[in-house]
Order: sequence, then C-alpha cells, then structure tokens
Amino acid sequence: MPKKLPLSGNTAIAYAARSADVDVVSAYPITPQTAIVEKLAEFIASGELDAEMIHVESEHSALSAAVGASAAGARVFTASSSQGIALMYEIMFIASSLRLPIVMAIATRALSAPINIWNDHSDFMAASDTGWLMMMAHNNQEAHDDILLAFKVAEDPRVLLPVATGIDGYLMSHTIEPVEVVDRDEALSFIPKKITWKILNPEDPVTIGSLATPEWYFEFKKQQYEAAKIARQVYEEAAKKFHSEFGRYYPPVEEYELDDAEIALVAMGSVAGTIKAFIKKARKRGVKLGLLRVKLLRPFPADLIAKALANVEIVGVIDKALVPGHAHGGPLFSEVLTAMMLHGNESKTVGFIAGLGGRMIKFSDIDEMVNILTKYKGVKELPKEPFFIGVRE
Amino acid sequence: MSKLPGWKELPIGAIILRPGSTRDYKTHEWRTLKPVIDPEKCIRCRLCWTFCPDGAILELDKPYTTSAGREFKVTFEVDYDYCKGCGICANECPVKAISMIEEVR
Repeated sequence: MPKKLPLSGNTAIAYAARSADVDVVSAYPITPQTAIVEKLAEFIASGELDAEMIHVESEHSALSAAVGASAAGARVFTASSSQGIALMYEIMFIASSLRLPIVMAIATRALSAPINIWNDHSDFMAASDTGWLMMMAHNNQEAHDDILLAFKVAEDPRVLLPVATGIDGYLMSHTIEPVEVVDRDEALSFIPKKITWKILNPEDPVTIGSLATPEWYFEFKKQQYEAAKIARQVYEEAAKKFHSEFGRYYPPVEEYELDDAEIALVAMGSVAGTIKAFIKKARKRGVKLGLLRVKLLRPFPADLIAKALANVEIVGVIDKALVPGHAHGGPLFSEVLTAMMLHGNESKTVGFIAGLGGRMIKFSDIDEMVNILTKYKGVKELPKEPFFIGVRE
Repeated sequence: MSKLPGWKELPIGAIILRPGSTRDYKTHEWRTLKPVIDPEKCIRCRLCWTFCPDGAILELDKPYTTSAGREFKVTFEVDYDYCKGCGICANECPVKAISMIEEVR
C-alpha cells in the first residue's frame, strides 16, 4: 500500500532523494530550497539515509564537491535557487561536460537585483544553456517523481548528463499537497545503483578534467550534443517505465484540452495548474482554450510542441523570465516559435511576460491573455514584442 | 601524428584513459620569438633554468670550452618543444647571453 503523505514540494523532493539512496548530498542553504537539504540532513542524522552531507562555503563549492563525488562514483544530489544557481554557473558547464550524472533540484526564484526571494523562472532559464538536462514539475507529486526520473535518465549510459529538476519556489516548495512517496525498494528497482560512468579508481587510473587543445575540444562538444539529443528518447522510455511501475505518466509535453482548441497557452510549472482550472471555467463559457505544458525543457521537445500546436489558430506563450535586449524578451517564447517554424507551422505566436519576482498570475491575468489572443486570432501581423501582464504602467 | 580519432571513437567527457599522455603533445606552436643561448657568453649561473615557468631550459652534461679557453662541464639549451617564447630567460640573464629571435617556420 503506497504511503500518501502531506508534503511540501521541498520535503517531497527530500523523500525522493532518500528513496534514491543518494550517497552524497553537497549543498549550501538558499531560500526557497533550504528545506530540501535540511530534511536530507535530518534523514542522515536519524540513520534513515546512509549518505555523506558535505557542508561547503558557497554554491560554487557545493557543485564542485558534487562533481568530485560523482567522479568518484557516488550517486550525488544537490539543490539550489536563484543566486545559488548563478554562483554555480561555471561548474554547471563542467559537470555536464565531464558527463557526470548529478541530480539537482531547483526551487525556482527570481534573480537579483533588486533582491527578491519569490518565484519566477529567471534562474531556471538562465541555466538552460549549461548543457544540463532540465525538467519542470507542476505539482508536488511530480516534484517527487522527477527526482527518480532524473536519476534514471542521468545515469543511462547513452546519456550520462546531469539533470536539473525544477519546482516553483514557494508556490510548490512551501505548499503542502498529498504526495505518494515511492519507498526505497521500489525506487531502487526503478533506478538500480550501478556505476555506468568512468570513475576515479586507483586500480584503473584515468584523468578527469584535463586540457583539450583545439585539435581535441570540438569532438567532445559534439558528443555532448548527441547525448542531449538521445536523452529525449531515454526520457520517454523512463517515463513509460515509471508509468507502468507507479501509475503516473509524465510525457515531455502535457496536452490539456488541445484537441479542439482554437487558442492555446504554453506554460511551464505550477501556473499550468491555474490555467487548467481557468480552462474548465472558460470551456463552460464556450471559449475553446487549451494548454500545452512544457515538462521537459532540455532536450527541448520541438517536434512534439509543433505537432501539438499544429491545429490551433493562435498560441500564447507565458514566460516567467525576461531577457532584456533579446530578440523577443521571453526565452520560452523564442524556443516555441523556433520549434513551430522548424517543423512547418506558420507563425501564430504571441508572447506574454508574467509573474516576475513572485507577482501572482491570477485568473484575471489569464483572462487578459485570452482576450489578447482572441483579438489577434486570424490576424496576419502579430505583435513583435511581448505583452507584460500585470505590470503597472 | 597519424589521423586523429573522431567524436564517436573518443572516451566521453574528455577522460584520458592512459597516464603520461601529455608527453605526446608539443606545446610550442604559439611561440613567436625563440630564445637562443650563446654558449660563449653563458656563465652557467642557472638563473634561466630557475626562472623558466615551463621547465624548458635544459641543463645538459655536455662539456664546453669557450674560445677564450674557459672550460664548463655543462651546457644550457632550450627545449623548443615546450618553450612558449615568453622571454623571461633573456630578461633575467645577467650577461645577456640569451637573444630572442623571430620564429620563422
């Protein structure tokens, strides 16, 4: 009988890392992630988890220690947010380039300045160029399950890349929901502990982290590109296996009421829950609205996104991150548009920037987006700039 | 060097499976000036050997007699496979026995 417990997103993640029987937890506290590693410290102190907790002086060191532990063959877990992710940035590239299957939970939070501890996806999107695989949950059950999926994909010998799993800071990290905890035995039958990567071993010495001169470097980047590409297939296999073992299915993109939709919203994270609730109401009013939730951000499921949106009349992409000076401003918008253009769809995409720095995305905001999309339905010339939803003029 | 392996053949993560592989590589390609030691002027003080940041000064057991009849048991030479041409040796040499000359290949 599976245990269902009332857990915050943070605690749900800690339970999953415990069930994954991680060997090393290397972390530095930062809001809103701290409760994840605090809970893991409790599990280690109580003997429920046999792992080494490495206390470090910064996130840069946290990930550096994770790299070292992973290179020594440990199953490694860490977590961070916002400025912590920013400080890890250098080592994130190293972890992915050294092909170490580290799993990191990111409780997403705005980046300074001004200082802001609340939720948006600035940190997550800024990390999306580091070569890590990335997935974003939209409820606490998924936050828990993602840790197991992440290790499954990361440690697959076809992949061997680190994985970041995102949850929305506060909206999920500190919100309690019923979560079915996968116990240790079940988890380890899904992700058996087996070292699938080349490790530091005195019996069979190797050099990890060496110099590669111009005649060598490029080949390793091509290897990484191919590994991230095949990760899509490996993720889908893992998601199917997870479904058959635990009954919950997480496709790379989740389609909600898209079959007959004229208007589609594209979003990532917990706002998808708000949108689903909005759609239920809007459908009663006869608004043919659907949702495409991007679960897998890296590798980006461009073909699935284009296919899912092929028959809608207009698409609105919600970005909870902003890149000033960017071609458009919304990083998710740009990738969705690229995906659609690459796979033969015409441009019918409007961008929304919303929810920055913890500004709540409410029904009234979604209503405003839907009104804008309705206005531009069938219009050839679409706005070249994003709409800022909920900002004061 | 023979044909280099392609991306499919290389161990992933740029891991090196064999110790001592740096011996296979020469790191002098970007040198534009090369130090040349004049064994006549050199007083064998070893300062160049001490200051070279790359260990590219060789102290060889090669006896040498200068034209003035001074006898030395050793000769200093430059390991051009690894010298980057920084010029520290020439700068430090107290008798200006090292000249930096343009690299022509």
